[in-house]
Amino acid sequence: MKRVVITGAGTINALGQNVSATLEAMREGRCGIGPLEFPDVDRLSIKIGGQVKGYDPTDRFNRQQLSLYDRFTQFTLIAAREAIGQAGLEFSGDLAARAGVVLGNSGGGMTTLDENYRSVYEDGKNRVHPFVVPKLMNNAAASHVSMEFNLKGPSFTVSTACASSNHAMAQAFQMVHGGLTPVMVTGGSESMLCFGGVKAWEGLRVMSKDGCRPFSANRNGMVQGEGAGVFVFEELEHAKRRGAEVLAEVAGFAMSSDAADIVMPSKNGAARAIKGALQDARIAPGEVGYINAHGTGTAANDKTESAAVADVFGAHADRLLISSTKSMHGHLIGGTGAVELLACIMALRDGIVAPTIGYEEPDPECALDVVPNEAREAKVEVALSNAFAFGGLNAVLALKRFS
Amino acid sequence: MDSSAVNIRDRVIDIIAEQAVLEPSDVTMDSTLEDLGIDSLGLVESIFAIEEAFDISVPFNANAPEESEFDISTVSSIVAGIEKLVAEQHT
Repeated sequence: MKRVVITGAGTINALGQNVSATLEAMREGRCGIGPLEFPDVDRLSIKIGGQVKGYDPTDRFNRQQLSLYDRFTQFTLIAAREAIGQAGLEFSGDLAARAGVVLGNSGGGMTTLDENYRSVYEDGKNRVHPFVVPKLMNNAAASHVSMEFNLKGPSFTVSTACASSNHAMAQAFQMVHGGLTPVMVTGGSESMLCFGGVKAWEGLRVMSKDGCRPFSANRNGMVQGEGAGVFVFEELEHAKRRGAEVLAEVAGFAMSSDAADIVMPSKNGAARAIKGALQDARIAPGEVGYINAHGTGTAANDKTESAAVADVFGAHADRLLISSTKSMHGHLIGGTGAVELLACIMALRDGIVAPTIGYEEPDPECALDVVPNEAREAKVEVALSNAFAFGGLNAVLALKRFS
Repeated sequence: MDSSAVNIRDRVIDIIAEQAVLEPSDVTMDSTLEDLGIDSLGLVESIFAIEEAFDISVPFNANAPEESEFDISTVSSIVAGIEKLVAEQHT
């Protein structure tokens, strides 16, 4: 089997509009969550989110592109340009024919849907712009990345709610690992921060009105974010031949299904995914130095996840570091695992573990070292990234430091 | 040609020119959409803009353009079709 490394990374999210700005914010424990800004926000009971601010789409895209690019597609293309630019790859000939793009996404073009429902239902209009469908479809982002970069190999979108990006990156990993293609572009994106998107989430009563405080005893729910994370997964020998810089190695992954409840998490399902990722990567539990937690800040997730980690790691659970960067960038739903993979890369490459900010009170049910409030220096050889989705679909990735 | 007809023609040319990313002076009455570089998506977007501008409904099915009552073969035929629709739908 081929070894798989990451040779490019890109992002835009509430913490920054590229990787270096995002990692700097994570090192400083900065919070990207603030008051939401969009029409009718006064009719919402949840008024905060990790929104991308100071962003003008017309700086990046022309009018014709914008008629086809929903916000989630715009974010994806911005992240893809950064990742592929860093990797220094140009896709032509055989490489173009084999390389593809697999992305995670949950809500599709929610803003497009919202605006057009408003137009026909509220404003009573009888026609909508002809590109509503190609703009809102979940695969629009993957398709536009394929077109902009000439990726003609296997390309599709994975939708498994909050685990979408991890499932997508697992697919891309498997394709490169198995020798199907030397390069895959992968990651995910989400943009549900519009009136209808947040209104739907309010209904579940799992959202916090005042902040995301994962693992803290006074946590009171998740806060939604938006943005994208995109990576270049490349076969190690291919990367070496062209002298590419390696950010980290993708060592393995596992997926599991709780087969239990449409919203409540399961300790057993989470533990099986974590254990499976270690087995796939041939890593002993004691080698894991950092886990980027799913850590949503809900009562149920954080205690279930802590119990699963304790189950898998035993005594080592007290020695490893685990943090939830959702406290800073919010929960990007289908894009979240992709942005969170950046924290794993930072831990492995730079030896800096991003904190869980907003941590105020210890919770005996989450008795792990959650790197409260301040980033920490640590030599990390192996990092895991957890994602446990609504619907009980779990995906965990294992990354190794590359030296 | 009365003033409303001139108005329709100029507004249609403006819409088509914007879609083709050209100056209105570059769009002549005998231009075809192909001449102007407008593809199938550009065509449906132009029809949408025309419907919005004149508050009319244009009978056009992209699956069978030749069977549509609306003739899109040239700018001139499009303008004529719209003048007819405006007359029919605004009486």
